[in-house]
Amino acid sequence: MNTHVAQTQVTRATCPYCGTGCGVLIETQQGRITGVQGDPAHPANFGRLCTKGSTLHLTAAASIQQQTRLLRPMRRAQRGEPPCPVGWDAALSEAANRFAAIIQEHGPDAVGFYGSGQLLTEDYYVLNKLVKGLIGTNNLDTNSRLCMSSAVAGYKATLGSDAPPACYEDLALAQTLFIVGSNTAYAHPILFRRIEDARRANPGMKLIVADPRRTETAEMADLFLPIQPGTDVALFHGMLHVMLAEAMIDADYVQRHTEGFDALRTVVSDFTPEVVARLCGIPVADLITAARWFGGHTPTLSLYCQGLNQSSRGTDKNAALINLHLATGQIGRPGAGPFSLTGQPNAMGGREVGGMANLLSAHRDLRNEQDRAEVAALWGVSEVPAQPGKNAVDMFEAAARGKIKALWIACTNPAQSLPEQQLVRDALARCDYVVVQEAFATTATCGFADLLLPATTWGEKEGTVTNSERRISRVRAAIEPLGEARQDWAILAAFGRELEARLPAHTARYLPGTATLFPYDTAESVWLEHRATTAGRDLDITGLSYQILEEVGPQQWPMRAHATHGQARLYTDGRFPTPNGRARFAAVAFAPVAELPDTSYPFSLNTGRLRDQWHGMSRTGTLGRLFGHVSEPGIELHPQDLAALGLSEGELVRVTSRRGEVVVPAQPSDSVQPRHAFMAMHWGSEYLGGVDSTGRPRGGVNALTTPARCPSSGQPELKHAAVHIQPAALPWQLVAMAWMPASQAMQAHERLKPWMNGFSFSTCVPFGREPDERVGVLFRAAHAEPPTLDTVKQIELALGIQGEQVMRYTDWPQGQTRAMQVLPGSDGRMLSAFMLAGDTRAEAWLKPLLQEHALVDAFGRDLLAPGAEPPVAMLSKGKQVCTCFNVCEPDIVIALQRCAGNDQERLARVQAELKCGTNCGSCLPTLRKLARDNASVPQTETS
Amino acid sequence: MTKMKLVMVGNGMAGVRTLEELLKVAPDLYEITVFGAEPHPNYNRILLSPVLAGEQTLDEIILNPLGWYASHGITLHLGKKVVAIDRTRRIVTADDGTQARYDRLLLATGSTPFLPPLPGSQLDGVLGYRDIADTQYMIDAAARHAHAVVIGGGLLGLEAANGLMQRGMHVTVVHLGPWLLDRQLDETAAGLLRTSLEERGLSFRLSTQTQAYVGGTDGRVQAVRFQDGSEIPAELVVVAAGVRPNVGVAQQAGLHCERGIVVSDTMQTVTDPRVYAVGECAAHRGVAYGLVAPLFEQGKVCANHLAMHGIGRYTGSRLSTKLKVTGIELFSAGDFMGGPGTEEIVLSDPLARVYKKLVLKDDKLVGACMYGDTRYGSDYFQLIKDGASVAARRSGLMFGQIAG
Repeated sequence: MNTHVAQTQVTRATCPYCGTGCGVLIETQQGRITGVQGDPAHPANFGRLCTKGSTLHLTAAASIQQQTRLLRPMRRAQRGEPPCPVGWDAALSEAANRFAAIIQEHGPDAVGFYGSGQLLTEDYYVLNKLVKGLIGTNNLDTNSRLCMSSAVAGYKATLGSDAPPACYEDLALAQTLFIVGSNTAYAHPILFRRIEDARRANPGMKLIVADPRRTETAEMADLFLPIQPGTDVALFHGMLHVMLAEAMIDADYVQRHTEGFDALRTVVSDFTPEVVARLCGIPVADLITAARWFGGHTPTLSLYCQGLNQSSRGTDKNAALINLHLATGQIGRPGAGPFSLTGQPNAMGGREVGGMANLLSAHRDLRNEQDRAEVAALWGVSEVPAQPGKNAVDMFEAAARGKIKALWIACTNPAQSLPEQQLVRDALARCDYVVVQEAFATTATCGFADLLLPATTWGEKEGTVTNSERRISRVRAAIEPLGEARQDWAILAAFGRELEARLPAHTARYLPGTATLFPYDTAESVWLEHRATTAGRDLDITGLSYQILEEVGPQQWPMRAHATHGQARLYTDGRFPTPNGRARFAAVAFAPVAELPDTSYPFSLNTGRLRDQWHGMSRTGTLGRLFGHVSEPGIELHPQDLAALGLSEGELVRVTSRRGEVVVPAQPSDSVQPRHAFMAMHWGSEYLGGVDSTGRPRGGVNALTTPARCPSSGQPELKHAAVHIQPAALPWQLVAMAWMPASQAMQAHERLKPWMNGFSFSTCVPFGREPDERVGVLFRAAHAEPPTLDTVKQIELALGIQGEQVMRYTDWPQGQTRAMQVLPGSDGRMLSAFMLAGDTRAEAWLKPLLQEHALVDAFGRDLLAPGAEPPVAMLSKGKQVCTCFNVCEPDIVIALQRCAGNDQERLARVQAELKCGTNCGSCLPTLRKLARDNASVPQTETS
Repeated sequence: MTKMKLVMVGNGMAGVRTLEELLKVAPDLYEITVFGAEPHPNYNRILLSPVLAGEQTLDEIILNPLGWYASHGITLHLGKKVVAIDRTRRIVTADDGTQARYDRLLLATGSTPFLPPLPGSQLDGVLGYRDIADTQYMIDAAARHAHAVVIGGGLLGLEAANGLMQRGMHVTVVHLGPWLLDRQLDETAAGLLRTSLEERGLSFRLSTQTQAYVGGTDGRVQAVRFQDGSEIPAELVVVAAGVRPNVGVAQQAGLHCERGIVVSDTMQTVTDPRVYAVGECAAHRGVAYGLVAPLFEQGKVCANHLAMHGIGRYTGSRLSTKLKVTGIELFSAGDFMGGPGTEEIVLSDPLARVYKKLVLKDDKLVGACMYGDTRYGSDYFQLIKDGASVAARRSGLMFGQIAG
C-alpha cells in the first residue's frame, strides 16, 4: 500500500464543466489520471464535487481517451470522407496558406473564428490577438454568445462594466435568494449545496424561484413563480411596481448612486400586479409576496442564468432584474447583489481578454477609439479594427451566404449547439475551408472539418480560468498531452507565426520593435501579457501572479498592484464604472418571446441542462454512469398534453418548428406546464439522430431553436421556440443494448453514427457504471417501414452481437427480428446483448435483465419471446436516483416507508443505510422529494 | 352364412393396421388370409434402426405376435410371396403354390430398396436396408468388418449409418444431394445435423456420386469408388437411396400402376373395386407415401370401406418426420422449404445447436423444420393440417403460443 500511495501524485486544477469553478485535485500514477477529489482548499467548493466533477477521472481513462480523442492532426482530402493523419508542420502550413489566400483575396472579414467559454484565459488571449491584431478582423466570437452575452450587456448597460458584483459567500449571507431562470440544482450543483447549507443554517432565509418549469430548484422554493416563458421583464417591473407602492425603495441609494429612475418609474407604473399576474400567469398574491421578500427581507441576492440570458430580450431581462437591486440598494454589500451565474468554466476569462466580436482586451470596448488605441499600443500594432465583428449566429449566417469563406472553430461544437442547425450545417458545408481545433474527434462539427487539430483537454491544460465570482484559479496539467495534442494557445500562436510569414501587408502594420505578435513559450508568458492589459482597468490584476495563485490560492479580481488578496464584492462604495460613477436604471419595455405560440405551432419549447450532462456531451457522454439519471433523449410534456395526443410514455413524437424538426420519445412530466415542452440542450445529432423524409440529418434539439436574438447582446433565444407536436407514426422500431469491452464501447458509438442517419428516429447512448471492464451501448431507431435485414445485421455487428452465442428470431416478412447474446458467467448465463427489431416491447424486461447482470438460464430461448410481459417472473431495481452509489428509487421508497420521524430524520436514516446522496449530493433534491412523497408506513409484525 | 373372404398380400405395418381397424368395426365380416414374404409376424419396421443400433431387440419390435393372428382366426402364410393374382377367378397364388380365393383383395406389398445399377452392385456386402434380414446381416457384418459406406443421406441411410457406427464401424455416408435429409430438412438444419453426427464419429461425402463398388478377390466389396475417381474402403455398403413400390404382381394382374398401384380416395384400385391397396405400394393422387403416419390413415379409410360402411375418404396426408437417432431431435412437416409466395419465421440458437423454421403461406402455417428443439412440433403439424389462419397468433407461434 505504501508504495501505491508513494506513486500517486496530486495536481491542483479546476473542473472543466460549469462556471462554479470548483477546485479539483487530480491524482495521477505513472502519467495516468487515476482519481479526482474536490480541492478542500478551493473557495468555490471546499472539497465538494458534483456527479460530473467527481467522475472526471473516469472520463480520462485510457480506454475512453484512446477512442474519443483527436490524437493527431488530421486532414480531409474530400468532404464526407474520413480524415487522414497529417504532420503538425504540414497542417499548420496548409491552414496558413488557405487563410492567407482568402484574407488576401477577399479581405480579413472573409474569415471567422469561433471559440469557446471552455478555453483558458491564455488560449483566449492568443486567439483574440491573432484575429484582431494580426488578421485585422473582429470576426471572433465564442459560444459565450449562446451563454453569457446578455449578462455582459446587462451589466454594462446598468452598472457600467461586465462584472458580477457579488460572491459565493453571499449565498450564506442573504436573507432572500431570488433564483430566476436558473435550475441551479442541475446547472450549478455545488452552489446549490451551498444554498442548502445556508438554508439549514438560517431557516428564516426565503427562497424565491421563478421559472416556467417546476425544476428541482423550484421544488425547494418557499415561493415558486411558474411564469410564462419570456415574461421575466414583466415580473421584475411588477415587483418594482409593488415595491414602489409599498415604499420599499431605498430612495437614498437611488438618489446618491443611480440615474434614470424616473423614466423607469414611469415604465413600471403600467405594470400593476393584476397586469403582471396575467402576463406571467401567476397569482397576484405571489407576485406581491415576491416583491415584499425581495425588498423587505434583505439582504437579497439574485441568482440567474440562461433563463434570462438566452432570450431575444436577454439584455433587458438582465437589466430589469438589476433595476430591482439598484432600487432597493441590494448591491455592493454582503448577501446582496445581482449575481449572474456563469454557464461555462471560463466564459468570464474570455470576457476579460475581450474574446468576443464586440469586445477588446480587459473589458475594453471596440467602439471606443481610445480603447482601440490602447490595445493596439499594448500589442505593438498600428491599429485594431473598429468595425464590430460578426457574432456567433451572424458569423454562420454569413458563411451560409458565402461571405465568410474560412472558419476556425476551437473547443466548441457549433453543429450541436447553435440554433437553426440546418443553417449552421449549410454554412459549414458551404465554407471553403473549415479548421476544427478540438480535443475530441467525436463531435458533430468534426465531421465538417477540412483540417482537425488536436488540442489538450482537462488534465493536460495549463493556464488560468475565472469563475462566476470573478475568481481566478490556476489550471495545471497533471499529465502530458495525449498523442500529438497541443495547448490551444500554442496551436494558435504557431498558426499565427505561420500566418505572419504569409501576410506581409499585415505585419507591416506592426510597430517598431514588434517582431511577432506571438512570442510565447509558456502559458505564463501569455498570461503576463494579459495581466499587463488590465492595468488601471476595473479588472486590474496587476497584483496577481502565477506564483500567488499557486502559493496563496485562487483570487478574485480586481487585485491591483501590491494588494494582498482580491476583492470579494464590487461597488461597496456605491461608485460604478460609468462616466459619472452612477449606475443606470434601464427603463426597458416588456416584449414577449420572439415566436409566440399560435395555432400552427402551439407549444412553447424550452431547452436546458440535465443534472449529469454537460453541453454537447463530448466528455460526459463517454460515461455510461452519467446516463443513469436520464438515460436517453426525450421531450418532456405535461401528462395532460400527452393524453390529448393519445400518447403513452416513451412513444415517439415529431416536434416541428419553423426551422426544422426532430423525432424524439415523449416523457410525461409535471415539471412542465400544459402546452409547454422541455428538451435537454445536450441532445445533438451525436446522440439524437434521424433523417427527414429527404434523407437529410435532422441536427438534434437545435434544429428546432430560433436564431432570433437579443438586439443588444446578440444572444439567441434558445430558451423558447414555438413548436408543433404530433405523434410520429413510425411503427417499425429497433432497440439494441450491448455490454462491450470498455476499450470498444465508444468506437461502437462511432461505428453506429452512420446508421443514426438511416432512420427517421435514432439515438445512441452509453450506459453502465464505470470504472468497469464493460460499458454498455444502447442504439434505438424507428422508421416508417423496416430497413433491409442487412442494415439490422450491421447494427448488431457494430455492437459486437455476433457469433455462436447469439440466439436469434427472425420473421422478416413482418419486419421482426430479435437477437440475444448470452455469455456464461461464474454463477450462470447472463445476457450480454440484445437486439429487438419490429416489436420492441420485450425491452421492458430485457433491459433490466441486461443492466442488472441477472442470470437468464431460466429463460432459455424464451429470451426471444415477444411482448412486454417477461416469460419468466422477475424483479427489477427501478429508476436510479443516486448515481454515485447506484441506489434506485424503489429501494429508497421502501426504506423511507420503513422509517419513522419527520422527512429530514427519515431521509437521514435512509442515507445512513443506503448511502444515497452522501457523496456529491446532486440527488439530494430528488431524495427530499421522495421523502415528502412517501410517508412512513407503520410496520406490522407478521407472525 | 358363409363369411366373405378377404385376402391380404403383404404382412407389414400398413396392411396389418388395416386389419386391426377392420376387426374393430367389423370383426365377423371376413374370413381373412394373410400372405407374408418375410418369415416374421408383423413387426415395427420403423424400429429396425434402434435394433441395428443395439438399443432394442428384435423381440421388442414385434407388433402382432402369431397368437394375435390365431385369436382373430386369420390364416397366416409366412415366408410365402404371392406371385400371381387371377382377378377373374379371384384367386391369389404364392410362390410355393399356395392359393387363396378372395372376395376382397388387399394389396399391402410395401416397397423394395432401390439399388442403382452400378458396377459391383451384386458383390457380397452390398445391400439395401429394408427388413429384419438386412438388419441381421448388417449386425453380423459390423462384428467382422471395420468400414462401412452408406449410400444415401436420407432418414434411413442416417439411421443405418448411426446403427453401424454404434456397432463400432467407421461409417461414411455418401449423399448425392448438397445436404443431408434434403427431403426433410433445409440446408441450415441439415448443417447442424451433420455437425452433430460428425461429432459422434460419422463421416460424410456430400454432393458425391458413387461410380462403382469395388470388389476383392473373395467376391466381397472392399471399397467404394466415386465419380471423381477417389475411393474409400468399405467392407459393407448399405444402399439407402430410395425405394420402389412393389407393384409387380399388381401389374401382372392388370391393375393400373404408376408410381404405385393407383387407388382412389376409398383406397380401392381404380381398375378393380374389389381390390384395395394401402401402404407404400399404393399411389394416391400421385403420391406413394413412405412414412408410417399416412399409411395408418390409409388403413383406417380402407378398413371402413372393407367393412362396407363406406363413409371414410382418404384425401392425402401432410407429412412430418422424426429421425430415430438417439439424442438427435429433428422434426419437419409440410412445405418446409418454402418458396415463392411463402414467408419464413426462423429461430436459431447456434450454441445449443437449435434451429427452428416455420413456413407460412397466405397467413397459414404450411411447413415446419426444426432441429435440436422439437417442442410444439405436434402443434405445428396440427396447424399445418388444419390450414387455419395464424395471422393473429403469428408472433407467439415460435414460442408455443399456439392457441388461436
